Amino acid sequence: MKFSEQWLREWVNPEIGTQELMDQITMAGLEVDGFEPVAGDFTGIVVGEVQSVEAHPDADKLRVCQVSDGSNVVQVVCGAPNVRQGLKVPFAVVGAVLPGNFKIKKAKLRGQPSEGMLCSESELGLSDNHDGLMELPADAPVGQAVAEYLKLNDVTIDVDLTPNRSDCLSIKGIAREVGVLNSTQVESPVIEAVDAVHSEVPDIRIEAPAGCPRYLGRVLRNVNIQAQTPLWMKEKLRRSGIRSIDPAVDVTNYVLLELGQPMHAFDRDELKGGIVVRMASQGEKLVLLDGQEVELTEQTLIIADHEKPVAIAGVMGGEHSGVSTKTRDLVLEAAYFDPIILAGKARHYGLHTDASHRFERGVDYKLARDAMERATRLLMDIVGGEPGEVVEVVSEEDLPADKLVQLRAKRLTDVLGLEIDRTTVEEILTRLGLHVEKLLKDGWEISVPSFRPDISIEEDLIEEVGRIYGYNNLPVTEPNGSLGLRPREEATRPVSAIRNFFVDNGYQEAITYSFVDPKIQKLVDPENEGIALANPISSDLSVMRTSLWSGLLKTVAYNQNRQQPRIRLFETGLRFQQDGERIDQQPMLAGVVVGSQYPENWVNGRRTADFFDVKGDLESLFRVLGIEIQFVGSQHPALHPGQTAELLRDGEHVGWLGTLHPQVQKNLELNGTILMFELFLNSIVTGYVPNFKEISKFPEVRRDLAIITGSEVAFAEVERVARKHAGEHLTALRAFDVYEGESLGEGNRSLALSLFWQHPERTLNEDEVHSLFNGVIDALKEELGATLRS
Amino acid sequence: MENLEQLVQDGLNAVESADSLQALDQIRVEYLGKKGVITQQAKTLGKLSPEERPAAGQKINEAKGQVEQAINARRTGLEKAAIEAKLASESIDVTLPGRGQDLGGLHPVTRTLQRVEEFFARAGYTVEQGPEIEDDYHNFEALNIPGHHPARAMHDTFYFNPGTVLRTHTSPVQIRTMEAGKPPFRMICPGRVYRCDSDMTHTPMFHQVEGLLVEKNVSFADLKSTVEEFLRVFFERDLQVRFRPSYFPFTEPSAEVDIEWGREADGSIKWLEVMGCGMVHPKVFEHCGIDSEEYRGFAFGLGVERLAMLRYGVNDLRMFFDNDLRFLRQFR
Repeated sequence: MKFSEQWLREWVNPEIGTQELMDQITMAGLEVDGFEPVAGDFTGIVVGEVQSVEAHPDADKLRVCQVSDGSNVVQVVCGAPNVRQGLKVPFAVVGAVLPGNFKIKKAKLRGQPSEGMLCSESELGLSDNHDGLMELPADAPVGQAVAEYLKLNDVTIDVDLTPNRSDCLSIKGIAREVGVLNSTQVESPVIEAVDAVHSEVPDIRIEAPAGCPRYLGRVLRNVNIQAQTPLWMKEKLRRSGIRSIDPAVDVTNYVLLELGQPMHAFDRDELKGGIVVRMASQGEKLVLLDGQEVELTEQTLIIADHEKPVAIAGVMGGEHSGVSTKTRDLVLEAAYFDPIILAGKARHYGLHTDASHRFERGVDYKLARDAMERATRLLMDIVGGEPGEVVEVVSEEDLPADKLVQLRAKRLTDVLGLEIDRTTVEEILTRLGLHVEKLLKDGWEISVPSFRPDISIEEDLIEEVGRIYGYNNLPVTEPNGSLGLRPREEATRPVSAIRNFFVDNGYQEAITYSFVDPKIQKLVDPENEGIALANPISSDLSVMRTSLWSGLLKTVAYNQNRQQPRIRLFETGLRFQQDGERIDQQPMLAGVVVGSQYPENWVNGRRTADFFDVKGDLESLFRVLGIEIQFVGSQHPALHPGQTAELLRDGEHVGWLGTLHPQVQKNLELNGTILMFELFLNSIVTGYVPNFKEISKFPEVRRDLAIITGSEVAFAEVERVARKHAGEHLTALRAFDVYEGESLGEGNRSLALSLFWQHPERTLNEDEVHSLFNGVIDALKEELGATLRS
Repeated sequence: MENLEQLVQDGLNAVESADSLQALDQIRVEYLGKKGVITQQAKTLGKLSPEERPAAGQKINEAKGQVEQAINARRTGLEKAAIEAKLASESIDVTLPGRGQDLGGLHPVTRTLQRVEEFFARAGYTVEQGPEIEDDYHNFEALNIPGHHPARAMHDTFYFNPGTVLRTHTSPVQIRTMEAGKPPFRMICPGRVYRCDSDMTHTPMFHQVEGLLVEKNVSFADLKSTVEEFLRVFFERDLQVRFRPSYFPFTEPSAEVDIEWGREADGSIKWLEVMGCGMVHPKVFEHCGIDSEEYRGFAFGLGVERLAMLRYGVNDLRMFFDNDLRFLRQFR
């Protein structure tokens, strides 16, 4: 909310400067977002009077005027259309400096001397309006400095209010806070009932009392709507961020800013029959004041006459029934609308108004009558007219209940961590407009005023006391702990250990969006439909990722487009999949590698990373984690059919490793061989706690063999068969050479293995080893069709 | 015996001219071996009279000693030269760069999160996780933000359907933790959160850390010390911290936390908002079945990207999610 400091100071005027005032309310919880002077920086502008206007001899659009600055009359050439004899205007005399350091000097315009300048609002930095001269009231004292006359030593303060503080959406509310903070008296304008001079009253019927428990209406007849809103009111509105429209709108806006009560004025002649407050019928139409036609829904509370809707209650009036230049009789409305019924309604119609902002947060439900009387008086001062009786329709049982809340002194002390003496507490509460109804043995019973809908429990009162006392005046103490240390499983490694592993192995961590481009996802994971957002920020961030690959591949593209050929990335995070009724949210670990295996160096730095480089990284990771993983040749729609491994742990699927399918790669416009892996984090983080075994004192025996098999026979098969026949004392089996070549014949492969045996308690004799070794060879021959390589 | 001196002289000459250890060894065999020419001289002793023998024998031994000494000296010299030659041949340019794998790096958000987690872990907080696709109840209702609440407008929520959202904050993990256990609690929840907002200063996804402490006797003053200490440790500076009243539906009283961050033009402290916090609202306890007369708690929440930006001087929030390697590499 924006407001004029000067206006506030009419209500409460502590002896502190502007900055201190702003700091003070910020620290009370009304955060000042900014402030700006209400006018540009200028000197030498006085109230001038145009004494005569003559045509310029050599220019159609210019006039030659004689202007009085109070002591002298000088000639000024002026091009504004509204310059006329007798007009009072801001007059920049020779020597004046306008905003932007624009100096006024003697000049000649088309041959005619001109000493000074008549100013528009925009030239004074008051507004953007440069349509013509700013017209000052006829009684403005000629010669007085304009800054002084308009009281321009003022700033517009913008407070960013939290949604609970609807009570501060008015000068009255902010003044109350400032009064409490400075222990200063707050002066409010005297509001008196305006006596009726005729008996015409609006016919008001409330059909939706839950939404509108209180509605006040009054007829004001024979107004002169052409009258001008006085400058002081226009200025206060302007300095609070509201443009002047006509006297009726200006006055209702003024009361809204001053007291916090949104109001509305109808043209009585446009209301057919009377006012009905009801829920809209589905599909009813209404053209609003902003010219937009809306189709109403049944959930919308409206003001209607006996024929049609005339306003969306608490949001915006209709165009047709609004005040126009032809309006003679008015009906003024002041009502209390229920915040819950109004919640979200403005937004539903794409609207946000000063009225809806306040009603949604809760307007003082006892304010309407004061506001009505205040508005009537202010309006009649401008447009005259004859007021009627105020009609008030109220449904007491639908109004918010008056609240009594207890505050215990001990609870206050316990929560704030400080004992505040009772008189201070009472002083704070009372100045905030809360009433101590009863002094209790251990505290107070407080009645909450109607303008504080946010206060309903003891903690709310504690906050009020703490806030005014000052959070920064409360002590600082260490919390007492009654909590023991929690155990942590040794076998389960923290994710940070996995991250550090990848960092140490040359991978850069990425964090990509959890929502991805469905087009990329379809390529990466065609078998899973991602869960779609109902309101995505854009189409390329519209479905939840089913795999971390979508985001990582997009990151590869981003970096390849920026001359980064060598990319090694990993990411951890959730992937999302619909699983029947429930949504499966699984933490994943994924990575992508493209480019040279090592940073380019002077020995061999250009070798492109391949499947086995990445597999080696994963095998190291699994050793770090203390887990055994099988890599099984398999198929995945996004991966190269000949370079895909499914990862299994004790037969259970834990993830994938492979080369991106060349077709997918082409579709994504990526370069190079792209290795990718993705694992279920929860399946790999738990390994084992080491369990010591006696170190054998006896020698280890090694035997090597080279076999030729068909290329389709996987190493894993060879290993499986060999291990099966190598007996219990085999300690290791390693492949030390793999060869395919013409000499072996098409479709064949040679594999060299070394086997290690060791017995824990004795030396293995030659015969035993020989027989085990031969057993292995025979099995390989029989089961896999292997031949020994000579 | 006359030629013994000649033999020694020959031997010494041969040793002198030997240019390898191998040649030297041959010379040793030739002169001093079992059949070496000087060794063979001992056979001549038989022809001498017993009186002459000792003197002659001693002469032969002296001759052997002379040659042997020369051989040893020559060997030492040759060995030293060989080592020197080897060393000279093995010298390398030590200024060439080493080789091997490059080092990767943690994302600056993770790096920041780890520092936050480390601080609270030392203070006895556990690290909890929760779902990111969250139900309306845990994201809003249980946190005292009912459907009509204007605070919902503060959260630009991503929806899947009316009852399912992307969590707008990490606060629902408070609820899930309290639902699942019994007080007291000390926990933090770091994680991704989502708001339907994207511009210079907003990304639709960002990270928060939520903290919660529930004990029988805890006060706002305790919250202040926790927050102040954390910020001073995090920024490694004795900076000023202030607590400004604010509003969150799930805490009461509530505060925003500002830290001192340089000076304004007029010399006054420039304050920067970094966290929100407050005492757990009794309604929240009620939703979790905790008696707010017996237990009290405080909660706090902080934006990780904001802390990372301040800490590392990053000036554009959006860079965190571009994952530009040239950006990421600066945080290894």
